Amino acid sequence: MRSWLFFFVALAVGALIFAIALLIRSDYLFFAGYVVLQFVVLATAWNILGGYCGYVNFGSAAFFAIGVYTSVALAKLGANPGRYLPEFLATGLKPLLPLPILAMQFFAGLIAGLIGLGMGYLTLRLRGVFFAIATLAMAVVLQTLIINWDFVGGARGAYIVRPASIALGPISIGYIEYLFLIMLVLAVVALTVARLIERSRLGYGFATIRDDELAAEACGVPTLRLKLIATTISGAFMGMAGAPFPYYIGYVEPAATFGLPYAVNSIAMPMIGGTTSWPGPLLGAVLLGSLQQIATVTISSAVNLLIVGVLLVGFVVIAPKGILGLIEDWRHARGKP
Amino acid sequence: MGLPIELIINAAVAGLLLGGFYAAVTIGISISFGMLDVVNIAHPAFIILGSYLAYLLNLTFGLDPILAALVMLPAFYALGQVVYQVYYLSFERRGQDALRGLAFFFGLLFITEVMLILLFGVDYRYVEASYIGPTWRLGFVDLPLRMLVPCVVSLLLVAALQLLLTRSFVGRAIMAVAQDPLALQLMAANPIRIKRMAFALSVATTSLAGAFLIIIQPVEPSVGREYIGRVFAICVLGGMGSLPGTVIASMLLGVVESFTATFYGPSWAPAVAFGFLLLTLAVRPAGILGR
Repeated sequence: MRSWLFFFVALAVGALIFAIALLIRSDYLFFAGYVVLQFVVLATAWNILGGYCGYVNFGSAAFFAIGVYTSVALAKLGANPGRYLPEFLATGLKPLLPLPILAMQFFAGLIAGLIGLGMGYLTLRLRGVFFAIATLAMAVVLQTLIINWDFVGGARGAYIVRPASIALGPISIGYIEYLFLIMLVLAVVALTVARLIERSRLGYGFATIRDDELAAEACGVPTLRLKLIATTISGAFMGMAGAPFPYYIGYVEPAATFGLPYAVNSIAMPMIGGTTSWPGPLLGAVLLGSLQQIATVTISSAVNLLIVGVLLVGFVVIAPKGILGLIEDWRHARGKP
Repeated sequence: MGLPIELIINAAVAGLLLGGFYAAVTIGISISFGMLDVVNIAHPAFIILGSYLAYLLNLTFGLDPILAALVMLPAFYALGQVVYQVYYLSFERRGQDALRGLAFFFGLLFITEVMLILLFGVDYRYVEASYIGPTWRLGFVDLPLRMLVPCVVSLLLVAALQLLLTRSFVGRAIMAVAQDPLALQLMAANPIRIKRMAFALSVATTSLAGAFLIIIQPVEPSVGREYIGRVFAICVLGGMGSLPGTVIASMLLGVVESFTATFYGPSWAPAVAFGFLLLTLAVRPAGILGR
């Protein structure tokens, strides 16, 4: 299927999901669905670097938090431009403020992508292990920076007031529906980009890095440049996934935003679904995301994290190719009686 | 502008004491990552586990935390053997240890942390021991015993490990497996068994490191994460698997962190380790005493 065709089909599926959700008219569905979609984006983004190139990023939470705090900073700036900006800037930007979420998402993606690029440039020339460790350490350092940065609330956290509704052209919809819609579109875009990469020269380059980096380098594949591209795209999507989050949750603070659950989930979901192609992270995120929503409501939120951890370890040990790999093996076995 | 010399000396001494403790925290990583090439990022989680076990024994039997850690050594050794066996069977043997092995240890780290949260909650826990309160004073230099005791015991631990590695047969076998597993096999020694012993040894050190940690500061399940950056920074800087290098690098990081905490504020200290790590990786990936 051509990529633009795929995009429109995915968009149509998204529109269908949105329409069904609207018909059911349950706010809970939107709140839960938003989280699942957010994980679809995070898992897909992680997989662009982790699954295609074979470089493990433990800092998903940090990239996500970059998006969150970009939004918080921009919202603070937008709420009171005269106080933080020089006068000519404040009056000039007045009609644009407060920034719409889409603009915040753009900036979040930009900043997260640049940080991904910088991180990658410093550590990707070495063995993959060092990159993984550096991403872990980076999360701690960024958290330190945010805790010490009073403008976005520091360790106390920051409140963002979510408007009750928003007008999209002639119709007015509830804000949570709006956020859900944004995340839905972002998920469609992320999946399309992932699929596009998979089938392009870029994707083949990534696969050579994953399979044998030394051989790829020897064949003239510009490995460092490809890895940097992957880190940047992956980081940018994670940042964009984080940007609407303050509006969703209403209150953000560093410990929760940089929390290990985001990092673990964005690794566990592709690993459980299957890392080599785009349906894997989607499958993993939808299954694991829904399971967690159910477990949080019915059991407890700590137990649901335990489930994720156990599933991650279980899958990497027993079924390293994920659910997709299991399905493939099963079909293979049935094909050859 | 003259900085008070007492302050500088005190900060340096505090840093050296802290560095001694870091040596105990890192020594396991130097063995598992530096020598065996097993990227055990769950190491800090095992340290926290050690802290909590020391806390439990201290609470129920009034046992000294370091003594409690020594009692728990065999248990941690066994834990290390089990973890390595699973790791070997599922990843190393199949030759796909890079990506999935990392995810495996990350999962272990996460499971350990969540289990501790489920069992103990997120309150800070601390231990009771006679040497936690008092401070020795040599002139104007403060030597708080709660730092001095872990530092001394930790240096003893490193010395003991160094002796074990260089003098005993098993130790030499471990050093050999780090250099060339195939050659070891040709000498009729089983490299997997040796690696399993070495890995178990590295996990056993976390029992002691955990006890030191809870002597130095109150512990809650997620403090382990702050040590991930530190241990790997020290390990790389120390030259991957060289024990003397590890001690030197720990002392260096301890002193730099102590100066940062004294002159800029303690909330910036975690950033130092990261700067260290990046700088080392960018400038001299082989470390100070690298081969």
